[in-house]
Amino acid sequence: MIQTDILIIGAGPCGLFTVFEAGLLKLRCHLIDALPQPGGQCSEIYPKKPIYDIPAYPSILAGELVDRLMEQAAPFQPGFTLGERAESIERDDEGQFLVTTHRGTVHRAPIVAIAGGLGCFEPRKPPVERLEAYEDHGVEYIIRDPEFYRGKRVVISGGGDSALDWSIFLAEGVASEVTLVHRRQEFRGHLDSVQKVLDLAAEGRIRLLTDSEVVEVHGDGKLDSVGYQHTTEGLQRLACDHWVPLFGLSPKLGPIADWNLNISKNSIEVDTFDYSTNVPGIYAIGDINTYPGKLKLILCGFHEATLMVQSAFKRIYPEKNLVLKYTTVNGVNGF
Amino acid sequence: MEPLIKVTVIDRDGTPHELEAPTDMGLNMMELCKSAELPVEGTCGGMAMCASCHLYVESDTDLPERGDAEEDMLDQAFFVESNSRLGCQLHLTQDLDGLVVRLAPVAQ
Repeated sequence: MIQTDILIIGAGPCGLFTVFEAGLLKLRCHLIDALPQPGGQCSEIYPKKPIYDIPAYPSILAGELVDRLMEQAAPFQPGFTLGERAESIERDDEGQFLVTTHRGTVHRAPIVAIAGGLGCFEPRKPPVERLEAYEDHGVEYIIRDPEFYRGKRVVISGGGDSALDWSIFLAEGVASEVTLVHRRQEFRGHLDSVQKVLDLAAEGRIRLLTDSEVVEVHGDGKLDSVGYQHTTEGLQRLACDHWVPLFGLSPKLGPIADWNLNISKNSIEVDTFDYSTNVPGIYAIGDINTYPGKLKLILCGFHEATLMVQSAFKRIYPEKNLVLKYTTVNGVNGF
Repeated sequence: MEPLIKVTVIDRDGTPHELEAPTDMGLNMMELCKSAELPVEGTCGGMAMCASCHLYVESDTDLPERGDAEEDMLDQAFFVESNSRLGCQLHLTQDLDGLVVRLAPVAQ
């Protein structure tokens, strides 16, 4: 079990800055994030995009902002549970929160700060009838272990890098048959990957179906074929063992929706005095919260994190008086 | 001040909403729908990175071509048709006066 002072759900910019502000108050933090790397949207969606409204940075790339926040938090030695989604929360008999991830990792803390941004990033599922029935029975949205596909007939959908890269990888001696289905003729993704796919298709090692979309799944308890619609040739059937739709990730509020917090339009309602939720000890900061006048800006999330840790400190140490100390006077003293 | 333009947004229940919009505030269709409290998420904030503002153009309004980022995102979206656009990439200009769009279904 991982014990900390403030358990932060979400390792985006707001969660990372919380580590720094909490550290100044000698509070330790641990972060949980469903993504395999810290940075949230900034790392996952737009690392190469410039942000222009971070004070004192006329322009900074989102990925660079994350690097700097990690550097700023480093003296306070935050812990990370990455690639795991915070699933359930309960209170133990000492009043501390126990948060368990979908992989079963248990975290314990007197304070939980939800800095979950847009929620957890989950694979986009194509709107195909009875798709759920085949999940883990031939339909997978993520390729975890390519060996799983050895000697199998695999259909991959998508036009981006992951669809291209996995098609190439599986076609080179892993799967017995690889079909790549794509809605258009053009592929986005790196030019050399596109060329490689076209070369493998010319050699007959990848079956390339463009202007096509998988629209049906078939099989008795287990996938045995998919139906795909070609823009001019109509509906056709293709026998296969696996279908892997790779359409990127989209955020979902996820299990947090069931944590008995007051929620309005996919956001957690908070008191702007300290960004506390309706559950004492649980706070919500950054893009995931809402209050009158809320602006979803990184800048505002930093402010919220700073006020939140003051309130958290008072909950943990009700007998202590907190005096604001300036970093310019006192420096930054890590753990 | 430039005159307001009129656009029609048909929601997912088939109800048309006639909206008046200024063209001098740098708004796009996603933002206009949100400000009219129509059910458009605009999750990514307008970077053509989420397709939650996916809509179909139903009028013969002359629109700028899809950009690369928009094409790329539509590749990952569902229910895509030849008249699909991302609302966030349709910037409100006088040319859009009379535009009619229908909100695309939301995938699960």
